[in-house]
This record gives sequence, structure tokens and C-alpha cells, in this order.
Amino acid sequence: MKLFLTRTLPRLAAMIAIMIGLGVMMLRSLDKPPVTPLAPSAQENLSDEIARVNAAFALAREAAAVSPVAEADALTLARRLSLALTGAPPSLEEIRRLEALPAGADAVQAWLDHLFADRRYADYLAERYARAFVGVETGPFLVYRRRRLVTWLGDEIAANRPYDELVRQLISAEGLWTSHPETNFITVSVMQGGGGPDETKLAARTARAFLGVSLDCMQCHDDKFSDRWKQRDFHQLAAYFAQADTSITGVREKRSKEYETRYLGEKAERQVAPQVPFSPELFAEGGSRREQLARWVTHPGNTAFARVTVNRTWAILFGRPLSEPVDDIPLDGPYPAGLDELATGFIASGYDMQRLIRVIAGSDPFRRESRSADPDKPVTPEQESTWAAFPLTPLRPEQVAGSIIQSSTLEALDASTHIIHKLRRFGETQDFVKRYGDRGEDEFAGESGTIPQRLLLMNGKLVDERTQPNPIMNSSTRLAHYAPSDEATLDAAFLAVLSRYPTDPERGHFSPLLDGQTNKSRERTMADLYWSLINSTEFSWNR
Amino acid sequence: MKPPAFSPHGACGGPGHFTRRALLKSSAVAGLGWLTPLAQQLARGAEKPGARPQSVIVLWMEGGASQLETFDPHPGSAIAYGAKSIKTAVKGIQFGEGLPLTAERAEDFSILRAVTSKEGDHTRAIYNVKTGYRPFPGLIHPAIGSIICHEMPAPDGKAAAIDIPSHISLLPGQNPARGGYLGAQYDAFQAYDPVKPVPDVRSRTDDERQRQRLAGLDVLEQSFAAGRLADMEKTRTLHRTSIERARLMMSSDQLAAFDVSVAPKAVREAFGDTPFGRSCLAAVRLVEVGVRCVEVTLNGWDTHINNHEGQAKQLGILDPALAALIGLLKERDLYENTIVMVATEFGRTPKLNLAEGRDHWPHGFSVLLGGGGIRGGLAIGETDPTGESEEPAGKVHVEDIHATIFHQLGIDYDYELMTPIGRPIAISDGRVIRELTS
Repeated sequence: MKLFLTRTLPRLAAMIAIMIGLGVMMLRSLDKPPVTPLAPSAQENLSDEIARVNAAFALAREAAAVSPVAEADALTLARRLSLALTGAPPSLEEIRRLEALPAGADAVQAWLDHLFADRRYADYLAERYARAFVGVETGPFLVYRRRRLVTWLGDEIAANRPYDELVRQLISAEGLWTSHPETNFITVSVMQGGGGPDETKLAARTARAFLGVSLDCMQCHDDKFSDRWKQRDFHQLAAYFAQADTSITGVREKRSKEYETRYLGEKAERQVAPQVPFSPELFAEGGSRREQLARWVTHPGNTAFARVTVNRTWAILFGRPLSEPVDDIPLDGPYPAGLDELATGFIASGYDMQRLIRVIAGSDPFRRESRSADPDKPVTPEQESTWAAFPLTPLRPEQVAGSIIQSSTLEALDASTHIIHKLRRFGETQDFVKRYGDRGEDEFAGESGTIPQRLLLMNGKLVDERTQPNPIMNSSTRLAHYAPSDEATLDAAFLAVLSRYPTDPERGHFSPLLDGQTNKSRERTMADLYWSLINSTEFSWNR
Repeated sequence: MKPPAFSPHGACGGPGHFTRRALLKSSAVAGLGWLTPLAQQLARGAEKPGARPQSVIVLWMEGGASQLETFDPHPGSAIAYGAKSIKTAVKGIQFGEGLPLTAERAEDFSILRAVTSKEGDHTRAIYNVKTGYRPFPGLIHPAIGSIICHEMPAPDGKAAAIDIPSHISLLPGQNPARGGYLGAQYDAFQAYDPVKPVPDVRSRTDDERQRQRLAGLDVLEQSFAAGRLADMEKTRTLHRTSIERARLMMSSDQLAAFDVSVAPKAVREAFGDTPFGRSCLAAVRLVEVGVRCVEVTLNGWDTHINNHEGQAKQLGILDPALAALIGLLKERDLYENTIVMVATEFGRTPKLNLAEGRDHWPHGFSVLLGGGGIRGGLAIGETDPTGESEEPAGKVHVEDIHATIFHQLGIDYDYELMTPIGRPIAISDGRVIRELTS
């Protein structure tokens, strides 16, 4: 008790004072400098490339006789970018910075400058890409460290390492799974009970993740749907991984190992020599088998590699890929509008990931509203499918959790956030995602809402704890007391939760509820407002 | 309380209506290479045979129950390593000594002793046994309960026969049953030890504030819908629909089925004073109100160290709960309507390892099937008493269990459902185990 009085209590008091101070500051003008737009010279090239991509979409829209909806405002664009690249919407603090941008600045590119400098971007994108590289399974005990791999990926993404380099490291890595985290791409496939890495799993994974080709069926038989693939295509690809070996010194190449398999209809196993499944002219000898494969996969002439990367990055930004499914793109086309244009640019940029994101986010489809300005002529499915309107897609579970948590604090929960908050956020997110339902690798299924999801948001612990009256932790309460007027309170709540200002009918409904309310009843009214906002369709869907 | 009557003819009227095949054929004539979900449902509804079981209870032994200490002992052999067995109510069939109460009921179910799979990793094997398919990239197969809910929809065009979810997972492990390509609405609803309230079904505020919250929500929904897809709710989000269903559930008397504290003390004691025992009791009550599938998980079978002790501990939990579950289902006249399956992701190695544990063994493990008209008193298949052979006699593949259950429920298991990746996939590509159904 004495300890509590002498130590804990003063600390608590100091913390409360700081929190309140921060809250007040947030609602006044912010003294942080606004983010600076790109230098004009870099913009030049970028805009040329965006124009080239836009032309492709315009052509497709014209061919389908579909007209585009209006452009979305800066707040909407920033919301989409923050959700896609950090897993949470912009904080109220960030929104104020966005609003302080000079008139005429390109909000998308300025917001990307801001996000690329934020470690949350690298960490979140690392997790999203890791799903494609190694899935979500916990994998084999001891030899597989998923967390290490994701951290390594985050470091690479933060450094904006060229994507081809990154993939070459994954495919050809040697060493220990702890000190060389990229080797976990290999060790995730290690078979239980000995036998080392499973070359069939690695072949299937490589084909889907890095080539956008689904060869999985061909493990057992020739292609039944078309004549495109033979069983040998799969196994010749698998043979590139045959010499990968694991021991206590980590992943090594063991040159003496050969790959054997029994083809359908044959009686005995036979040795299979490695051979690439297409474009053999791009293949060059030299180095280990995996090094050879890595070079071929990432060869600039191998557009399949760029296409699948573009398609996945597009899907992360839009919630829906250009070509579905995300990792199975017909090798010989036809391709949807924009895909080849983006892939060509990505290769020309030297596989610059940030640049790719800038082009996609700068493109015409990304800038469209998800609704039509005329309520009598609502958005049509055709407008969505031709990207003449931004498609309405469900947010992922961790994005919903991130939205709840972020909207309850007015400051961005970024790298500078105190570790206690980070830990709390991590624990809350884990629990929430488990109950909300994570589809694992199947990331872009675009599913409807479910009853357990609604129960979780209506009555669940996270929403309750993050919205109930609490002057230290919760923005609903802080706004109730420190905003200068009812209107400012309402605006701030809508911005913090939905990243937009209330409409007139919304003001008409909610303002009278706040009118004349003080103290506890005002706190409760704010908690109720937050509940309504968080339980709306808009909150759980990417608009 | 009896489960609600289920129209044997579904939403389609009955005999004399289109048969499913005819519907399929007519749509093929019309040049449709595939069926819309609605047409698929109509086609399915047209073919419902007579009285059938209506529910399934899956007791899921997560971690890998040892066949040798449960339903397939080899007493006196080297691979028993001293484990003892006991006689059952069926002459010639013995169980491990940890199952005395279940052994008394051996006439009520049969044991498949030679189930085999190719999956020796927990996550993959759980997927395999729960769905009847091996993991395949880019596609998630639905679990048994999801298929049942999809194939046996509510009668009379109602959204659901009951207010609470038809597919429930109690004490969910790492991989609770999922709807997979059928959609997340077929995922099992997860709930925990029945001593605790069902999660997230109680409003956090009083009625007055709840009304205010919902009124606010209405205003927000109206502004969001303006200018967006005309059928957004129906064809895309199902948001309000889910909220309405969730609220219906929150106010439903059927929630009481989760509450086992109302059961007589003797009944509760029979199931055992454990989360699993209580959940098994809840499973019976849930089936009684019309739930289609309840999965109850008993975790802790992964005995790589000190196998005998670990298995014995689990058996002490399973035995009373399983015996009481069958007993209560019979007492309530529900056993003929309810298929009970006791399954696990794989068995355990015949040889003990250095830590006196048994490792993973997918080459011959045991699954129990009973109720729902399934023949009892059999033990099908034989594993090698020396533990050497990976090819047991009378082998049954995992998918055959699925085919058998679906067949028994009257579900046309070789019917191909269209998946989102445009590939038709059979509900099950296994074969019915005829010894169990005739």
C-alpha cells in the first residue's frame, strides 16, 4: 500500500495529466510540420507511368460502355491507404496533419511519404506478403521461426529492398533459421520424422507465390482442364529444391542429393532432373540449383513474376485482385486491363515496391469513390468490375481490430507508442481476430458478414473496453469533455472512427443527443455514439 | 423438448416435383454449365428421402489419441508396453482399460480400427479429418457440420430453423470447424465451458440505451447506402441481416440449451465435472433444440512424453462424458436422430520413443461412429499387433467416414458443389462403409 501511495499514485497522476494534455493538444491546431510532397522531378516520371496505366483502364471502361464515378476526397484516400498499409485507419492526429497539407498538393503521394516513413507500414506489409510466402501455419517445431521471417521481411521492406533481390534471397538462402531468417521459407516445408525440406511443397509454393501459376494439381497428374501443364513440369520444378538439406548448421545445399518420383501410370520411381516449366531461354547455369532457379524466377524477361506481385499488391490496396484468384494468372493471358502495364513499369523500376504502390495508389481506379454522387443511379456491379468505382470489400479481421483500437486513441499508435500500449494492442488483436475469424492464406475471398462477427462488435469485450467512459484510455470520453463544442465533438468522433465528417442528416440525429449533456450522461452518450459508428457497415468495409 | 420437425421434402413441396437430377439436366439443356446457389438449393431440396438422422455430434480428440490405449488395444503384445485392456459388452471386442463406462455401451456404436491418412502434421491432419480432404492451396474445404447445415437447410424458406447457430464448436481448439468455400456463415459458432455464459450474446447496456444505439446505427446505414450498390445488403454485406439474426439469438430462449446448470445433479455428475463433460451435456441439449452439428474438443492427447500417463488422464475425462452422452441421447429418444463420432487427427506410433511417449501415426488409427441408424457392436479393420506394418487390414480412408455420415443423413455425397475457384468438388469423394449402414 505504501508503495502504491509513494510510487504508483504519482506516476498514475502524471500519466493522466499527460494524456489529458495530449487530448487537448490534438483538438487544437497541431504543431507538427505537415508532410512534404514529393519533389517535382520525381513526380514527373511517376505521373507519366500513372497516365499510361490510366489509359489502359479508360480503354477498358469505354469498351464496356461504363462511366466512372467521381473522385474520392483526400480523407477517403488516406483512409484506404492507412488501412491497406498499416492495418488501421488514420488517427485524428494524422488527419489533422493531412488537412494541413498545402492546397493543390497530391494527397495520395504525400500520404504515402508519411506512411513509408512509418515502421507500421513495413511490419504490416511483411505480414501480408508472408502469408503468400509461407502461409499462416505454425509449421515444424524448432526449425521454423515464422516471427523471425516476418521481422526480416519487415526490415527489407522498410529499406525498400528491390523485390527481386528479396525473392532471390528467399529461394536460395543458406544458413540457420535463426541467424538467416530468410531460410525459413525453406524450413517451413520440413517434413516431420526426418526427410528434410519437402521439395513438392516448395515447388507448389514457388509457382503460386512468385510466378502466379497453380501447379498443385500437377503433382499427381497432367493438367485435366487444358493441355498447358504436364506432371513432369511440377516435378522438374521440385527437383530444384532437392538438394536443400537441413542439419544443425541450418539449410545447406547437398550436391549429392537427387530427386526421384513415380509418375502416374509408371511402376517405379525415376530420377528427375531440374528444368524450368516455361521460358527456358531465360535460364542460365551457374551456382546451386536454388540459385539458378532464383535467377530464372526473377529474370526481367519473366513477366509472370512481376504480374503476380503487381496482382497481390493491387489486392492489398483494393481488397480485391486485378486477376482472380490472386495467385493463379493464366500464363499466356488474356490479362485484365492494367496488369501488364503495371508489370512492365514494375520491372523497369528495378522492382521498386514503394514505387509500385505509388503507381497503383495514384491510378485512376484507386481514386474513384465507392459510390455514385446520384442516389438515383447507384453504383453498378459493372462499374466495380471495370474499376470505374472503388469496390466495396470487407476489411480483414486485424484491420477491424486495428480500427477499433486506433479509433479509441487520438494519437497514431506507431513506433513511438509506449510498449505497454503496444503489448495491450497485440493481445487484444490476437483475441479479437480469433473470434472474428481469420481465413488465413485465403485473403481476398470477399465474404459477407457473419453473426459471430456482429455479436463480437455489438457485445464483445474489445469494443466495450475501448468505448466505455474512461477519461484516460478512451477517446470517446476525452472528446466528451475537451472538444470546444458539440459540433467539434461530433466531427472528431466521426473522423476518429470513420475518417470522415458527419453528413447533415447524421448531424441532425446526433447533435440533439449531445445538446446540454454534461459529465456522466455526456460520456454515456459518446459511448453510445461510438458503438453506433463501430457497428455500422461502413466501419467493417473498405470504401 | 423435441427437435423441430424437419420437412423431409425441404422447401420444394414433395414427391411429384422435379427430382434433382431432372433439374440438373434441364439446366444443362438450357446451356448452363453451372448452377446458381438458388438453383442448386432447389435442386437439392427436390431430393430428400424419408426419415433420417438430423444432427451430428463430433467429439474431437485434439492432439492425436492413441489407438492402442483407446479402442484398439493389443494386450500382451510388445507394442502395448504393459497397457492393459478390458472386455466390452460385445464379445471379442476389447478396449483400453481407461474406458470402462464406454465399454459397457459397446453395442451402441462401432469402431473403425484401421483409419489411415497421409497427414502426420497436426494442422494438416486436423484439416484432413474434419473436412475429408487433404489441404489444397487456394481452397478451403468445409467441415462436416458446415456441409450438413448447407445441405439440410431450414424448411419452409426460413433463414434458419432455430434462433441460435446450427453449427457450434464447444471448447474450440486451434482449428475449429469452418465453412470453407461454402462461406464464413457456415463456420462453427465458438463457445467455451458452459459454466461461463455464452460469449458476446448479452447486451452491454440497458434497453433504452440499446434502442438509442440502434437508432443511431439506422441513420448511419442510410447515409452509407446512398449511391452504393442497389442490392448491397443482400448481395454483398449481409450486415443488417447478420445484426438481426444476432439480435434474435440474443433474445432467444434456445440459448438456455448452453446452460447445463439446470440439469439434475446426477446427470451432471455422470458427464464428469470437467469442461469437456459439461460441454458434452450441452451438446445433447443443443441437439435437442435443433442444432445440426456440435463439435466438442478435448485437447491434450499429444503424448510425445510419457504416453501411458497422458492418455490415461485424457481417458478419465472422455470415458464418463462419452458414455453419459450416448446414455442421455438414448434416454431422450435422440440417438436414432443423432450420429455420434469420436475422432482425432491421427493415432500414435506403436513403438514408444525414448521419453516413453508415442509420436504421430496416421497409418491405422481408431474412429468411433454410432447413433443415427449406424450399426453398432462392430470393430472394423485390424492393425498389425507387431506395429511394423503401415498397411492395416480392412483399411478405411478418412473420406470414407465422411461419405458414410453423409449417406446416413440422406445427403448425396457425390454431388459436386461449385467452388469459388470454378472447380466442382464432390461433397465427399469417399466410399460408404457398408458394414455400418446395412
